[in-house]
Amino acid sequence: MTEFVQQFVDGLGRGGIYALLALGLALIFGVMHLVNFAHGETITVPAYVAFGISLAVGGNWWLIVPAVIVAAVLVSVATEFVAFRWVRGSSDFTMLLTSFGVHFVVVAVFVMAVSPKAKNFEKPGWIFNTVRVGGVSFEIVDLVTIGVTLATLVLTVSILRKTLFGIAIRAAAEDFDAARLMGVRSNRVIRSAFALAGFLAGVAAVFWLMRTGEAEPGAGLVPLLKGVIAAIIGGLGSLTGAVLGGFALGLAEVYLRAWLPGNLAGLTEGAVFLLIALLFIVRPQGFVTVRRAERV
Amino acid sequence: MLGVERLTTRYGSITAIREVSLRVGAGEVVGLIGPNGAGKTTLLATVAGLLDPAAGRVELDGREVTGASPDRMLRRGVALVPERRRLFADLTVQENLLVAGITATGGERRERLGEVVELFPVLGQKWGAQAGYLSGGEAQQLAIARALMSNPRLILMDEPTLGLAPVLVDVVFELIGRLREQGRTLLVVEQNARRLLRAADRAYVLRTGSIVAEGAGDELLARPGLFEAYVGVGAGGEVPGA
Repeated sequence: MTEFVQQFVDGLGRGGIYALLALGLALIFGVMHLVNFAHGETITVPAYVAFGISLAVGGNWWLIVPAVIVAAVLVSVATEFVAFRWVRGSSDFTMLLTSFGVHFVVVAVFVMAVSPKAKNFEKPGWIFNTVRVGGVSFEIVDLVTIGVTLATLVLTVSILRKTLFGIAIRAAAEDFDAARLMGVRSNRVIRSAFALAGFLAGVAAVFWLMRTGEAEPGAGLVPLLKGVIAAIIGGLGSLTGAVLGGFALGLAEVYLRAWLPGNLAGLTEGAVFLLIALLFIVRPQGFVTVRRAERV
Repeated sequence: MLGVERLTTRYGSITAIREVSLRVGAGEVVGLIGPNGAGKTTLLATVAGLLDPAAGRVELDGREVTGASPDRMLRRGVALVPERRRLFADLTVQENLLVAGITATGGERRERLGEVVELFPVLGQKWGAQAGYLSGGEAQQLAIARALMSNPRLILMDEPTLGLAPVLVDVVFELIGRLREQGRTLLVVEQNARRLLRAADRAYVLRTGSIVAEGAGDELLARPGLFEAYVGVGAGGEVPGA
């Protein structure tokens, strides 16, 4: 039972990171019909920002945390401005290829400008400290991740539900052209969606980088793929589904890794995909069914 | 008020409307009828800014607005009630109306919310309900109420009675009459062509992307052979899909 609870908290900690990334991807998919494979750059670039700050002033995470979040927002908004704005209205396939293009350009820039090898920086001192609650031992990083993730999700949900800006984003995510007919400015809503997605990714990047403590050209690829998977199993385009998908993926990974026999633990990722395949047999639309209007 | 000159819109290599010209004067209710596929929805979508024309001009109060984006057209006073309503199904009735009032100031928005609830009391009763769960009649009222939230001078209505029970069709036409009394200008595409011609000051008949007839509603109704020739059914019955 103790192990089960520990793994549950570990799964929520991982899942929270995936949920934040998936929510950003779902937001962008909603307003642009784009599965943004450049979203991982909102982790890659901040990773190098963290590395740079570590080089300059040491591993001061009071400085690194805001810098990582600001960098993620700027990267997200910049990719929209530099790349996606010019292919807006093109086919989904064109936008998908553009997102791959952005990813490969960013990777190439860091390979040439820094190094193809990973650059390490100092993790926070408390990262693997544990705390005992009711006889169960938890890693502090998991508890902080869960707490901050939930606070971020509550803040995001409040923005999306209580502010006119958030309601406009939700409207645009559901039917972009109808939102434009209501007077929602397309540039503003898309830029806002990218900024919000960047902020969510920035929070996710903080915890991802605290765990890995390294910057490399492909640093954002693995978390990006997890975010994409979470968004898809949640029901691509559904904001609620993205969050559910993120936590479900995190829990599935942790429990499968714990339950698979020692010599099969390496097959965890494969087993997760098998579970996802089974889910899609039962619910091809993912956890949440997305009602989406056809565009004119 | 609205002038459309030789407007052509294409979907790839297919020409949906070809050199269409029409005028809508301030305070008029103008009908647009024609068989399915005639290009009625394309014409409204092009005027509203959802589609870019391949050629031609759109003028509003004498100023060219060809190719202006939908949000810009709305800010100039042109609102579209789209075909099949296109409500935000996951948003509540209140949220649908709030988004539709995004161009207004906070005070104006509150004032208009009060006005549309007065005009459509049923929406006040469904304030917190998701739009996706409204009945057809409620949904159509919400679609029209959304258009009113921007206080438009010209309302483009695309098939406002589509899929509604006859009693609700009466409600929609009654509403069109009330909007006319308020001095609003309307350009209406409607499947119930005879009913629209009776309600409209003037109308245009669109067929395979071109205007083939125009005139006062009564005059078009009385014109022998018009429906058989251009709309596709006998003069005695209603005109499905017109």
